[in-house]
Amino acid sequence: MRFVRSGRRVAVAAVSLSALLVAAACGGSSGGSGSGTGSSAPAVDLAQQGDIEYWQGKDSSGNIPKLVAQFNSQHPQGKVTFHELPDAADQQRQQMIQNTQIKNPKMAVISVDVVWTSEFAAKGYVIPLPADRFPTTGMLQSAVTGATYFNKLYAYPNTSDGGLLYYRKDLLDKYGISKVPTTFDEMKAACDTIRKGENDAKLGCYAGQYDKYEGLTVNFDEAVHSAGGAIVGADGRPSVASPEAAKGLQTLADWFKNGDIPKAAVTWREENGRTAFEAGQLIFHRNWGYVYNLAQTDKDSKVKGKFDVAPLPGISGPGVSSLGGHNYAIATNAANKGTAADFIAFMSSEETQKSNTLATSQSPTLEKLYTDSDLVKKFPFMPTQLKSIQGAIPRPKAVEYGDVTLAIQDAAYGALQTSANGGTADASTALQGLQSKLQTLIK
Amino acid sequence: MATATAEPSVTTVPGDGRKTKKNALSDGQGRLAWILLAPTLIVIAVVAGIPVIISIRESFFRANTGVDPNTGMIAQGDSFVGLQNFTDIFAGLNTVTGSYGTMDRFWNAFLNTTFFTIVCVVLETVLGVAMALIMSKAFRGRGIVRAGILVPWAIPTIVSALMWKLIFDSEGVMNRILGKQVLWLADNGSSFWAIVAADVWKTAPFIGLLTLAGLQTIPAEVYEAAKVDGATTWQQFVRITLPLVKPTLVVAVLFRTLDTLRMFDLPWGMIGPGKYRVETLSIFSYQEAAATRYGQAAAYAIVLFLYVLIVAFLFVKVLGADVIGDTGMPKKKKKDKKNPGDAAAPGLELMGGAH
Repeated sequence: MRFVRSGRRVAVAAVSLSALLVAAACGGSSGGSGSGTGSSAPAVDLAQQGDIEYWQGKDSSGNIPKLVAQFNSQHPQGKVTFHELPDAADQQRQQMIQNTQIKNPKMAVISVDVVWTSEFAAKGYVIPLPADRFPTTGMLQSAVTGATYFNKLYAYPNTSDGGLLYYRKDLLDKYGISKVPTTFDEMKAACDTIRKGENDAKLGCYAGQYDKYEGLTVNFDEAVHSAGGAIVGADGRPSVASPEAAKGLQTLADWFKNGDIPKAAVTWREENGRTAFEAGQLIFHRNWGYVYNLAQTDKDSKVKGKFDVAPLPGISGPGVSSLGGHNYAIATNAANKGTAADFIAFMSSEETQKSNTLATSQSPTLEKLYTDSDLVKKFPFMPTQLKSIQGAIPRPKAVEYGDVTLAIQDAAYGALQTSANGGTADASTALQGLQSKLQTLIK
Repeated sequence: MATATAEPSVTTVPGDGRKTKKNALSDGQGRLAWILLAPTLIVIAVVAGIPVIISIRESFFRANTGVDPNTGMIAQGDSFVGLQNFTDIFAGLNTVTGSYGTMDRFWNAFLNTTFFTIVCVVLETVLGVAMALIMSKAFRGRGIVRAGILVPWAIPTIVSALMWKLIFDSEGVMNRILGKQVLWLADNGSSFWAIVAADVWKTAPFIGLLTLAGLQTIPAEVYEAAKVDGATTWQQFVRITLPLVKPTLVVAVLFRTLDTLRMFDLPWGMIGPGKYRVETLSIFSYQEAAATRYGQAAAYAIVLFLYVLIVAFLFVKVLGADVIGDTGMPKKKKKDKKNPGDAAAPGLELMGGAH
């Protein structure tokens, strides 16, 4: 009998413990958030020197420790330690927010994704940067705009990024298409000719990033802007329920439906698309600058020396890229903001940006580097990249950017997935729903 | 029922001790027990008790969201909102479209969690019991089979999530086997089944392992007697194996149910966040916390906590009572307080010993 009893006790104990663990695990993330960040410090002291930490996502190039060592050797009054964060952007953001909430004085310089600028600024996580210490002359205007919130610069542009159209030069040459398509219609005409001639069922026409994640927001924004629409109007209010915006989304949906964009692309992120392009399964491909080197050097790449880049194609107007990139900000709770400011100045100098671009192929924010002979020699796509970034439009600026981007993804993904499954997507209805949702999110 | 039968023997002995307190061995041990237990209690209070209390407090607050139109700055701090974080669940402010039509994101996640739990646990139990039956048989290479079946359980969930992501990729193994392109990793009905497949693969061995432990306590004589009486294999399974293994199996199923109700890493790692057909309550709560809406996130976590608690207690009440009722003890015998050890007891003790 006592065994039965203890069996039941085990069960009861297990229940209570498991239940407790659920609550503890879920509650863990919410603890310690009670207090605000106290951003009302009136005057920011940019003189205090001392040791600091630089926080950035995973440094795949391995170049950051070299730059940090170089800075430390010339700056004895305050040393920088590189604090590497995970690869995933949302985890970087979360760690920065958590360390703001616990007022970590060591976290001084943080590498802020361009879309976090508004949130970090509005919630007082980072301080505004005075123009005398942080001049923006000679920098890409779109990158500066992306780092500005309510007419104040909160982050110093460091790297930028724009979308590029990778295309199979060999196939275009083979079928005598001398002009690289600048619109979706021209792209479709080129694809029809090439696919007819190649007679390869696996050869898709075009693809970008359409899985439900930040990449979809980027690609949707580009489609809307390239069709002459806007997500947020000049007055700062949502204006996505326009016929132009609907045309942008409808074009992508139609391309999914008739198979010009492979149906599988509804699950693609950057790497899936790059793999498909390198395997020779795409004629045109929208991706970032990092693909150029990989597609040229990867041992599995079947398109080495067979492709080139061009600006993104437009739908009814010129092609418009979304703006990417990371910028340096000074955390509000940092103890030694003077060293932080010096470090940012060093990292943003022309020399550092140039050496960093050479080492990592990340696009710089100083405009003149795009015509620098060393850089252009190593990265022939630099002038095209400059055009892409100069014309780039940032994604909507919103304090609750996470909600805005999810709302955009909900609307776009629904339409694209319907089309990928062979249904008929109604872009304008989807965008009317998005418009009303954005009106509650962007005020 | 168990307590009802067991209590008499317990109460008679301390009944004397309570009056006279002349037991030298147990006198004054209450304090010693507290001292010895204190470290454990403190650890539990720190790692579980305090966070739960903070969570509950947090769920009554909400971060301020008003943006100053001139500076763009947000007012700092939280405000007390009472039960609004809970009542808003029913207000339908944040509707999404998932497998069950358009509804509040909370209820969509709630239904996903519930259906994942039902489907996964049923399949895992069936497969797990089958695995245990195979593993308990004596045959050549049994050690390898046992080790092989346990491999999935040994792999960290997030690793198996990424592994299954490759399998269910549009160009992956599963589509090659099926010979058609199913977009498992998009956000559609097949995504749900992709998760079910991965979860069953991973955790059926857990049920298998615990059931095996239960099976090994069933004495061979019972089967021999059944054979002599001419029972078929199916009759032996239904009349002997299942009833005798049930107490162990119920605990295993209970653990899996509680675990599946908290499912997070498989849908997150395989299909991705923000996909409503596989979004569970844990994911939704995490997403809300990531959006710095800690109050709402805490409220959803507490609802999940209560949900798990209710399910678990129902489990113990309903199935736990059945454990006793089914093991061949006639009901009137239970009321016979003076005769607790009868013919059914040896089997019960053996089963209980498996824990």
